[in-house]
Amino acid sequence: MLTGVAMAMGVVLGVVLATMWLSPNPLVSGASWFYIWLFRGTPILVQILFWFYLAALYPHVSIGVPFGGPELFGGASKDLIPPVVAAIFGLGFNEGAYMAEIVRAGINSVDEGQEEAAKALGFSRIQTMRRIVLPQAMRVIIPPTGNETISMLKTSSLVSVIAYAELLYSAQIIFSRNYKTIELLVVASIWYLAFTTILTIGQYYLERYFARGSSRTPPPSRIEYVVRNVFKLRSPREEGGMLPETPHAPGEPGR
Amino acid sequence: MNAPNAQRSMVEAVKVRKRFGRTEVLKGISLEVRPSEVMCLLGPSGSGKSTFLRCINHLERIDGGELWVDGELVGYREHGDKIYELRESEIARKRAEIGMVFQRFNLFPHLTAIENIALAPVRVRQTARDQAKDHARTLLAQVGLADRGDAYPAQLSGGQQQRVAIARALAMKPKLMLFDEPTSALDPELVGDVLAVMRKLAADGMTMIVVTHEIGFAREVADSLVFMDDGVVVESGAPAEVLDAPRHERTKAFLSKVL
Ligand SMILES: Nc1ncnc2c1ncn2[C@@H]1O[C@H](COP(=O)(O)OP(=O)(O)OP(=O)(O)O)[C@@H](O)[C@H]1O
Ligand SMILES: [Mg+2]
Repeated sequence: MLTGVAMAMGVVLGVVLATMWLSPNPLVSGASWFYIWLFRGTPILVQILFWFYLAALYPHVSIGVPFGGPELFGGASKDLIPPVVAAIFGLGFNEGAYMAEIVRAGINSVDEGQEEAAKALGFSRIQTMRRIVLPQAMRVIIPPTGNETISMLKTSSLVSVIAYAELLYSAQIIFSRNYKTIELLVVASIWYLAFTTILTIGQYYLERYFARGSSRTPPPSRIEYVVRNVFKLRSPREEGGMLPETPHAPGEPGR
Repeated sequence: MNAPNAQRSMVEAVKVRKRFGRTEVLKGISLEVRPSEVMCLLGPSGSGKSTFLRCINHLERIDGGELWVDGELVGYREHGDKIYELRESEIARKRAEIGMVFQRFNLFPHLTAIENIALAPVRVRQTARDQAKDHARTLLAQVGLADRGDAYPAQLSGGQQQRVAIARALAMKPKLMLFDEPTSALDPELVGDVLAVMRKLAADGMTMIVVTHEIGFAREVADSLVFMDDGVVVESGAPAEVLDAPRHERTKAFLSKVL
């Protein structure tokens, strides 16, 4: 059950994130990039603990307000986010990040001519994705998704058998230890993020190397992509501006 | 701002420029296509023919000059005396009015011939499904494939696929058709069927721009012929003129190779 719900969440999130990542809008693709970076880069257990603690702590502290801060609202924490839901959130949001990568790989496997033909017929980007690209990407998406499901099955049993007790136990510990646990988790997560960031950079250069010649325009590495998009943000396009009136553009070699 | 011949030309290019990174691929292309005219575009590989076609339906954004289709600037909208870049949905709507046929057909492999043809009318134009399928059958019959409607692209020969692709473009009732080397990927014995369909289209008054190496077709069907090389129009005129009495060395050299 846990696996089913979390996996469904992951697949839906994955499709949405992958579509967002390929969006020409820098904010949209940036958000997707950040999500994947964060959720793929931190340990799953930390994420589950996070959701659980959020539930456990929320009635007593609000973010950024140290002890003694105003109590936002009371009531039993477990009514707000019970452990099962914390586990589903943790697994589902985490899975979304992995599925996004799988879906993206599937999308990239579809011939560029397909997108071009769809665009030429007047399909919007979303329609092209939904009607043309994704159905063809499924062949590539399904096998690793099977893997993910199996792996999820194992993780979730781990979560429900071990971590569940652990959750309750450590929740008690935090209360007795002045939140040290959370600090430790945050520190550990930062280290994980650093390492996975390095691995991610490696992955993109590898991908690009093996994608050479398979595409008219080589996909920018995710890092380059973000850098370029940030740059684009800073220099807004000439909305409502001039025509691309550059017959005598500067720096043009001229013939 | 007004197109020089806004009412009379279907396509009007004025010093159109396009670059990819450092390389300038189109170096100021100017030409005009009138309604119902068939223009053939010739030129060696890499001269920018495909790029120019892709600019016409805004699959590529031009970097300079002006491009008009049916009296409207490609990719821009006039409002008062200001000019705005079109939103994505507006660009899509404009593209739907221009049919495009590709060298490698680009049929959707997960859909049958009928579905390939009916999809865009249903999804882009909100035509009723039954009506779109009926129209698709009519179009399939027109391209000589009445009995292959339920076949998937992989079950069709190259020539049949290309004829389905033409029908797919026609289903949107375009005012202009762009053909990018429609017969280059075909076995010689299949070329004739595709050219026959195109010939009929031309006779029915469709405005067409055809990138092709089929000199015979160009001579017989085209109203005008443009020879491009290295991103510029080297020579243009009536097909017989350009083919039989080319004035430029580059045209001569090219023709001696393909004829
Ligand atoms: N997306 C792109 N990025 C970079 N360069 C490109 C891109 N598309 C085309 N080019 C370059 O532009 C030039 C013109 O290409 P184009 O495809 O328009 O030529 P063509 O005349 O259609 O040639 P062919 O007869 O081989 O189809 C080529 O040198 C090509 O390398
Ligand atoms: Mg070409």
